[in-house]
Amino acid sequence: MKKSKLVVVGNGMAGIRTIEELLVIAPDMYDITVFGNEPHPNYNRILLSPVLSGEQAFKDIVLNPVSWYQDAGIDLRMGCEISKIDRVQRMVIDSDGNSTPYDRLLLATGSSPFILPIPGKDLKGVISYRDIRDTETMIDTALTKRHAVVIGGGLLGLEAANGLKMRGMDVTVVHLGDWLLERQLDTTAGKLLQQSLEERGLRFLLGQTTSEIIGNDIGEVSAVRFKSGEIIPAELVVMAVGIRPNYALAEAAGIYCNRGIVVSDALQSYDPRIYAVGECVSHRGIAYGLVAPLFEQAKVCANHLAQMGIGRYQGSVLSTKLKVTGIDLFSAGDFMGGDQSEEIVLSDPAGGIYKKLVIKDDQLVGACLYGDTTDGSWYFKLLKEGRKLGELRDHIMFGESSVGDVGVQGQSRASAMQDSDEVCGCNGVCKGTIVKTIKDKGLFTLDDVRKHTKASSSCGSCTGLVEQILLNTVGSSFQETPKTKAICGCTDRNHGEVRKAIRDHKLLTHKAVYDFLEWRTPNGCASCRPAVNYYLLSTWPHEALDDPQSRFINERAHANIQKDGTFSVIPQMKGGVTNSSELRRIADVADKYQIPMVKVTGGQRIDLLGVKKEDLVNVWAELGMNSGHAYGKSIRTVKTCVGMEFCRFGTQNSTQMGIALETMLANMWSPHKVKLAVSGCPRNCAEAGIKDVGVIAVDSGWELYVGGNGGIKTEVAQFLVKVSTAEDVKEYAGAFLQLYREEAYYLDRTVHYIARVGLEYIKQRVVTDTANRKALHERLLYALEGLPDPWAARVKGAQRREFIPLKVIA
Amino acid sequence: MTTQNSWTPLCAVEDIPPLGSRLVERASGNIAVFRTADDKIFALLDRCPHKAGPLSQGIVHGETVTCPLHSWQIDLQSGEAKAPDIGCARRFPVKVDAGHVYLELAY
Repeated sequence: MKKSKLVVVGNGMAGIRTIEELLVIAPDMYDITVFGNEPHPNYNRILLSPVLSGEQAFKDIVLNPVSWYQDAGIDLRMGCEISKIDRVQRMVIDSDGNSTPYDRLLLATGSSPFILPIPGKDLKGVISYRDIRDTETMIDTALTKRHAVVIGGGLLGLEAANGLKMRGMDVTVVHLGDWLLERQLDTTAGKLLQQSLEERGLRFLLGQTTSEIIGNDIGEVSAVRFKSGEIIPAELVVMAVGIRPNYALAEAAGIYCNRGIVVSDALQSYDPRIYAVGECVSHRGIAYGLVAPLFEQAKVCANHLAQMGIGRYQGSVLSTKLKVTGIDLFSAGDFMGGDQSEEIVLSDPAGGIYKKLVIKDDQLVGACLYGDTTDGSWYFKLLKEGRKLGELRDHIMFGESSVGDVGVQGQSRASAMQDSDEVCGCNGVCKGTIVKTIKDKGLFTLDDVRKHTKASSSCGSCTGLVEQILLNTVGSSFQETPKTKAICGCTDRNHGEVRKAIRDHKLLTHKAVYDFLEWRTPNGCASCRPAVNYYLLSTWPHEALDDPQSRFINERAHANIQKDGTFSVIPQMKGGVTNSSELRRIADVADKYQIPMVKVTGGQRIDLLGVKKEDLVNVWAELGMNSGHAYGKSIRTVKTCVGMEFCRFGTQNSTQMGIALETMLANMWSPHKVKLAVSGCPRNCAEAGIKDVGVIAVDSGWELYVGGNGGIKTEVAQFLVKVSTAEDVKEYAGAFLQLYREEAYYLDRTVHYIARVGLEYIKQRVVTDTANRKALHERLLYALEGLPDPWAARVKGAQRREFIPLKVIA
Repeated sequence: MTTQNSWTPLCAVEDIPPLGSRLVERASGNIAVFRTADDKIFALLDRCPHKAGPLSQGIVHGETVTCPLHSWQIDLQSGEAKAPDIGCARRFPVKVDAGHVYLELAY
């Protein structure tokens, strides 16, 4: 089929973003031609300020190099201006008179700076601040000239002023309003900003109107005169008093314009073949001049160009940041407030911090932050959601980290974010997209993430957040995401529902579960079957039958599979204590079966690595030791220190305590692995602070800690209770673990379970409610009662065929 | 050699656990023989197209096996990895005759 022709007028951020979105969803739909009147490929206009101030070079801010257009098969015409649209013939005519036909036309002509209509506006040295050419002019001028005047104290003006100052010029900012950024800040924040910019050496003339720009006899600018009559010297004048949408081309073609090309919610103009995005459009009467709305428009427009017809652009709520290094300000929504609204204000002018939140009808409607903008995006999210604040109102000023109990170490903001939460406001990238891309493409560096998702590649203010997400995603690859959604694609039920059904209806087999809950697949998948198997076994011990085929190979073979298909064998060494006879047998087995590596583990045991599967049963038989369960979602080890028997600091017999716990918990399956440790004194040599259950001996008894985790994201265990006897330790630890076994979702470690239900709940069930604790402990003992050691059972012949190949064929 | 002659008798269907597999060791590469819940038998080279993981050690569900190393899902019928992964494990013809499994190795 012949492709349709799409012509794009405007090679800037809005137009090219639309093309990028389009190529993602409909890569082969159009032959695309792009016209741009600048002699450059698409670059990041937002980052002109860092280029001006010398923090970045032009090549750093190019978004789409020429090769990108080539790779995407796009015909790029740089430095080529379109002078006319012929809507009848459906073609555009460029300034050289060449015509290019289109089936769909996308106008992304952007905007132009507004030039004050005052005498002297055409003098040499009077410029605007819009593109890379203006920026280069400023950089060159700064090399030879001294006095610069910036007209306009808005975002662009201040960024220009700051950049020129950093280039060594004397800069005066002239502003009509009574304070700076009057459209983004309230008076107080505006004054704070002025103060800190003055400290950097900028000068301000507020409430002043420029009446004339004075030139010298060779037509160069030399001074600026104000209405008040005052004159100040100027060798460079930058006008930054606003922008005007470029819609003359469209208007000349008879397309309806009203201070911009008028578009519908589908970004379609009054000519259905012509779409428009960016600063040139007027949507519901508003022309946007910031980048975030443009990208929202691009997404919707691309969808309609791809003829998918989904998505409406319904306008944007704006937030603002100033890209001046070292100055943090943020504002969004109705930050001025008024009679109908309330304000919460935190003001510390000496410390340079000012925060104002505007609340109306129990909703956050505006925010203005200066000095500390950490919570800007959180406020912005609340504002966009229009959520009722309720109790949040008491804490909202203190930021997101003050809300809720987020664990001892204050979980990072990134991990608390929802997948749908926006991370990069410039490029409209959500956390979920970033995480998915990191996982799918196996990304490890910030640069890669930027390349693949564009997150933090524009203004860069979300860089820290993106790094956190990267760290969390790569670092916690063994931690499953919270189980609020369906277990897997086989069902719509979540973990909680499946578990409840198994309990309430006494389901005893996999088939019963799949039938009762109407699974979509006949026998589940590799995700849900192990979970269901665990729920069956833990809910109905001694009644439900274990299904080896629903277990991951490690639990089926009772050894850990390695990357070459061999296995590792870790025998049980309760409390890390062994003896010469066991060591001798381990040595003999290692020799006889030519085991390539013998290693001491972190859990105080010995690992025999590289055992062939068919040797496993013989290895176990000759070791004559119990399984260490180092391969399962199960009890792993109880790590101990030597305690009072030998150590001069030891206060209790920690080794014996560890052995007693490991004996009690032998063969225990659990939602995820369970590790314990017992230390004989608060020096804590057994590292009990990062275990699922950590026991620390003190002179008067034992302290119990729960929910620790020593994985990549280290979690410190939380204090549960202090008890006096060894029997108590077993009862409390056992009860806690049984609660975890009964209520946690499959593949949740204790830390995740506690984060879900809260430590208070655990304390109530295990510490306060004595009867419940005893009942839990008893249920644990009942579940474990009579369970055979899996290695011994297999030595006796259980599951034999698992370990024997069918036949050796030469 | 005719095709009739090259069927190698392997085992009884019951020797393979339902939703499980058995390994056939072979000098030129091991073969995994799978049995589904409804007693269909499939045979694939015991080598995941991803990183050569032993498919025989995976979990069988429907007519798919999930590789134990990195959870690629391999279709038992075609040997193809499930999208978005791309790769294919070699298939071997199998037949069941009177409750016995035969493998075609000359293929």
